[in-house]
Amino acid sequence: MLHPVPHEDTHEPPIVELRGVTTGYEGRHVLTDVTMSIAPGDFVGLLGPSGSGKSTLLRCILGTVDLYSGEVVVEGRSVTQRRPRAGYVPQLETIDWNFPVTVQEVVMMGCTMDYPLFPWHRRRGKERAARIMDRLGISNLARRHIRELSGGEQQRTFLARALVSNPRLLLLDEPTTGVDIKTRDDVMHLLDELNHEGITVVMSTHEINSVAAHLPRAVCLNGRLTADGPPGEVFTTEILSRTYGAEMPVTDYEGITIVAERPHFFGRENTRRRQRHGHNVAEKRHPVGRDNRAQPHSHRHGHGE
Amino acid sequence: MFEPLQYEFFVRGLVSATLVGGLCGFIGVYVVLKRMSYIGHGLAHAIFGGAVVSYVMSINFFVGASVWGFVSALLINITTRKQRIGADAAIGIVTTASFAVGIALISRFRTFTRSFDAALFGNILAVTADDLVAIVLVVILSAVIIIVGYKFFLFATFDSEVARYYGVPTGWVDTMLSLVLAATIVVSIQVLGVTMIAAAIVIPPIVARLLTNSFANMMLLSTGVGAFCGMGGIYLSYYVDVSSGATVVLFSAALFMLVLTLTGIRSRIASARGKAASRSSLMDMESGPLH
Ligand SMILES: Nc1ncnc2c1ncn2[C@@H]1O[C@H](COP(=O)(O)OP(=O)(O)OP(=O)(O)O)[C@@H](O)[C@H]1O
Ligand SMILES: [Mg+2]
Repeated sequence: MLHPVPHEDTHEPPIVELRGVTTGYEGRHVLTDVTMSIAPGDFVGLLGPSGSGKSTLLRCILGTVDLYSGEVVVEGRSVTQRRPRAGYVPQLETIDWNFPVTVQEVVMMGCTMDYPLFPWHRRRGKERAARIMDRLGISNLARRHIRELSGGEQQRTFLARALVSNPRLLLLDEPTTGVDIKTRDDVMHLLDELNHEGITVVMSTHEINSVAAHLPRAVCLNGRLTADGPPGEVFTTEILSRTYGAEMPVTDYEGITIVAERPHFFGRENTRRRQRHGHNVAEKRHPVGRDNRAQPHSHRHGHGE
Repeated sequence: MFEPLQYEFFVRGLVSATLVGGLCGFIGVYVVLKRMSYIGHGLAHAIFGGAVVSYVMSINFFVGASVWGFVSALLINITTRKQRIGADAAIGIVTTASFAVGIALISRFRTFTRSFDAALFGNILAVTADDLVAIVLVVILSAVIIIVGYKFFLFATFDSEVARYYGVPTGWVDTMLSLVLAATIVVSIQVLGVTMIAAAIVIPPIVARLLTNSFANMMLLSTGVGAFCGMGGIYLSYYVDVSSGATVVLFSAALFMLVLTLTGIRSRIASARGKAASRSSLMDMESGPLH
């Protein structure tokens, strides 16, 4: 297994530390024996197939799932002792979009516990919310219902809720799923900016090439940790097939690691093409670019020249 | 309009129906957003069981019925949270069992001298000064709980998992709101009747939801609509001489139909305007080169 990226500043204690963590729901183990640590200022992408435990790992850092063994320490304190102060953006599919709340009301939820005994939202909370919404470009949407937003605006609304309490650690569950390429890039640039301001970012994603490959660190999960390190080292056919249980040819294009899927040919029309490619099972560092559809992202033209 | 106000019983009934309507509208927001619309109906029946038990054991009606209702509401909450049982099934089990206790006692002690008609269909003539005091107490309790817990209430109802992570005491929120719900139903029984409470709890928040997209506005509107329907229903009951529970529900249902129609027309007009705008811009484009 690859080891965590050695961080430049080794004096600083990690902001998140998992030691031999086994966790799950109702006694069923979802993640087994996970050990990893995240240094302040890291920008980590969590990868893995559906059901591999990405969301569970994030919940584990938040301290909202049962620990069967091991320990989770955030900012020097065990999460079972004290609730960690982190901003959390849930997977948007879990939101009830028919619920009657406006953007402003959602963002203000982030201040709920800043003054728990004070019944209404206070001026300083409102001002902070206004600043964050301005920064994320959603101030003009404050009175909109959450259903009347585009995917990117929805994501930014929940990001604003996470940021309004000024966290040092930001956890995001699939923030780039279900949005178009431009919005995805906007969201990623925003996270990059926040990371440059010193916020530690941990996000789960299904997008290997367009998101994870551009992060400094990728963590692969499949019920346990299958790899952890810079994408250039982690993205090998061997590790990816261990993680996803599928052939994923990897190639190198001008210093960028590109992961392709094994070409599939769906539909009757394609039967002959499938037969031509069928038994050509990918080797490690298998060249890609044989079929355009296998690699739908921007690097798809011009490999193998 | 002012003629019935000369009767003391009418004024008392009017005030209690208005307050009870407002209470039902208020707690109805929670019930509807938690997708437990059926709980009003179930709890009303459970509390009927509790009322019979307190009568048989000669305990004060308000105390006995409130405790009974609150315990039933908590049982429903616990069942849905801990076990993998849908809220609808939990409500069905818990409340029907409590209702059955009441029925069993009534048939066991056939010598009942008390009529339960008012309890089933509501009768404002039967509202006493004590009932009114109880209603006012529940109004105060609800006001205090919502003023202290508004932020928690919103967060926990919208997204309880994230709310719990943020440190919102979601268990307490549910317990407090169950208490308000049970107390509301207990004091509503005289006015609205066991069989009519469900509609009084569900219609106002639905009407409010049609009119607004904001949680705060929905709370205010739903309470207002509930109070208005309580008042309107009592007037209606005076003129048509029908039991008050039925008139309140009929009045609310009519208001619901009206609002549904009006919002439907409004969205038709909006989409027609959108179409007209696109047509005229198309025409502009077509007529452009001619000029
Ligand atoms: N609240 C829950 N109760 C019980 N089991 C759960 C719960 N949430 C997730 N699981 C189970 O835990 C496992 C891991 O789920 P998790 O949501 O962490 O996967 P994931 O990697 O985030 O998947 P996806 O990419 O689809 O979001 C799955 O088998 C899932 O069924
Ligand atoms: Mg997930």
